[in-house]
Amino acid sequence: MSAAAASLTSPRLRRGLVVPLLALVAWQVITHYKLANVHLLASPSAVLKSFVVQVKEGELFSQLLASLRRDLSGFLLGAFAGLLLGSAMGVWRIADRLFGPSFDAAKQVAVFAWIPLISVWFGTGESAKIVFIALAAFYPVVVNAYQGIRGVSREHVEVARAFRFSRLQTFKKVVLPAALPSIFSGLHLALIYAWLGTLGAEYLLAPAPGIGNLMIDGRESLAMDKVLLGVLLAGLVGFSLNALAARAEAYFLRWRVRNA
Amino acid sequence: MAQVDLAYKIAAADDAVESAPGRSGAYDYRRLLGRGVGWIVPALTLALWSFASRHEWVASQILPAPGAVWQTLLEQIRSGDLFLNFGISLGRVLVGFTLGCLIGVVLGVAMGLSRRVEDYLSPTFNAISQVPVLGWLPLAMMVLGIGESLKFVIIAHASLVPVAINTLKGIRSVPRNYIEVAKAFQFSRSQLLRRVVFPATVPAIFVGLRYGLTQAWLSLVTVELLASSEGLGFMIVWGRQLFQLDLVLAAIIVVGVVGLLLDRGLARLEKRLLRWQPVWDMAGGGS
Repeated sequence: MSAAAASLTSPRLRRGLVVPLLALVAWQVITHYKLANVHLLASPSAVLKSFVVQVKEGELFSQLLASLRRDLSGFLLGAFAGLLLGSAMGVWRIADRLFGPSFDAAKQVAVFAWIPLISVWFGTGESAKIVFIALAAFYPVVVNAYQGIRGVSREHVEVARAFRFSRLQTFKKVVLPAALPSIFSGLHLALIYAWLGTLGAEYLLAPAPGIGNLMIDGRESLAMDKVLLGVLLAGLVGFSLNALAARAEAYFLRWRVRNA
Repeated sequence: MAQVDLAYKIAAADDAVESAPGRSGAYDYRRLLGRGVGWIVPALTLALWSFASRHEWVASQILPAPGAVWQTLLEQIRSGDLFLNFGISLGRVLVGFTLGCLIGVVLGVAMGLSRRVEDYLSPTFNAISQVPVLGWLPLAMMVLGIGESLKFVIIAHASLVPVAINTLKGIRSVPRNYIEVAKAFQFSRSQLLRRVVFPATVPAIFVGLRYGLTQAWLSLVTVELLASSEGLGFMIVWGRQLFQLDLVLAAIIVVGVVGLLLDRGLARLEKRLLRWQPVWDMAGGGS
C-alpha cells in the first residue's frame, strides 16, 4: 500500500495519468450533457457497471476461454509447421531452393485475404478458424527459424568441424543454440499474429463464442459497453501473451551471455 | 517502462522479419532466375492443380481450374473492374498511411526529444498499441460508421504505431559520440537536430515505415473484407458470395502482387534516400 502511495507521488506516473484521466472526464461530460449520440456512446460509469455484470455472470470467461483455446491450437499448429519448414530450409540448401521462392511469394499475400478461400475449403466452423490462425502464426516462425539457422557464424561451424562433430552433433550443439534467439523471436511474433488472427477469424467466419464475436455482436446490437469490454479484453490478452512470451524467452535463453 | 522495452523488442523482432524478405528475397529471386530450381514446386503444384481439376477430383466450385483463374484475371483487367477496385484500395492505403506516418513521426520525434512529453504520452500510447489493430475495428465501426473515414482511421492507426515506436527508438539510439562531436563543434540545438539527430534517425524511421506499410495493407484488406462495397478486399468477398472462386483467387493474386510492389517500392526509395550513408545495420545490431 505504501509502495503504491510512494509511486503515486512520482512525477512520471502522475504525468502518465494525465491524458487517460482527461479522456475519461471528457467522455463522462460528453455523455452526461448528451453532447453526442448517447445511444451509441455509453457513459464510463455505465460501461463499468456492465463490466461488473458481465464478469459476475461468468459468461465472459467461457467466451475468453473459447478464444484462447482457438488461439493456442492455431498457434501450436502453425508454429510446429513453421519450425519444420524453417529449419528444413535453413539446414538443407536444396529445401531452401525448392520452397524458398514459393514461400516468399505466398508470404506477400495479406494473410486475411485467404479467409474467404479457407471458408470454402474448410467450412466456417472451428477447424477453419484454427487453420487460419495457424497460417497467421506460420509465416514469422518460418522466416525467423530460417534466418536464425542461416545466420549461424561460419567460424562456429568450422570449429565444430575441426572437432569432428557429426552432423547431428553440429546441429544440436552449435547451430541450434545459436539460432535459438531468432527462433524465439519468431515464436513471439507468431503469438502476436495468432491473436490478431483469432480476432479476424471470429469477425469473418461463422459466429461462435469468443472475444471477437462478443465485439461483433455488441456492434450489431449497438451495445457500446460490450464492444469496449471486448477491446479491453483483446488488449489484455495481447499484453499477457506478450509478457508470457518475453518471460519464456528470458527463461529459456538465460544461459546466454548478454553482450548488447 | 517494461512496456516500452517490450514494444521496442517487438519492433526489433519485426525489424528482423522485415529486413529478411528484403535481403533473402532478393537473393532468392536471383537464385530463382539463375537455377530455376525454385520453379519446381510452383510448377508441380500447378500441374497437380490442373490435373485435379481436369479429372474433376474436386468440384470446380471448390477449386477452379488454373486456366479459369487466369481467364478471370484477364477479363477483370480488360473490363477495367480490377483497376477500379485496385485504385480505390490503393487510394485508401495512401491516404491512411500518409496520415498515420505523419502523426507517427511527430509523436515519435516529440517523445524522443522530450522526456516530459514521453512521460505524458507513452503510457496512453502503449495501452492503445497493446490492443491489436483489429481489436479496434468494431468500436471504430460503431463510432465512424462504415464509410471511407473508417478505412482511413484503421489504416492510419495500423501504420502509426510502428512508425512512432521506431522513430522514438531511432532518436534514442543516436550514438552518444556523434552528439559529443556536435557539442565540441558548438552546434546550436537546431543544428544538432538537423545535422546529427535526424539524419541518424532516418534508417530507423524507414524500418518503421516499411513495417507500417505492410500493416496498412493487411488492415486495408481486412477492413474491406468486413465492411466495404468496393476495393480488392470486397472483390474477394463478392467472389466468395457468388461462389466464383476463380475471382477470389485472381483477387488474392493481385493482393499479393500489390503487397510485394509496395514493400519493394519503399525499399528502393529507402536505398535511394540513404545513398549518402555508409553501410548501416538497419536491423539495429541484430545477430
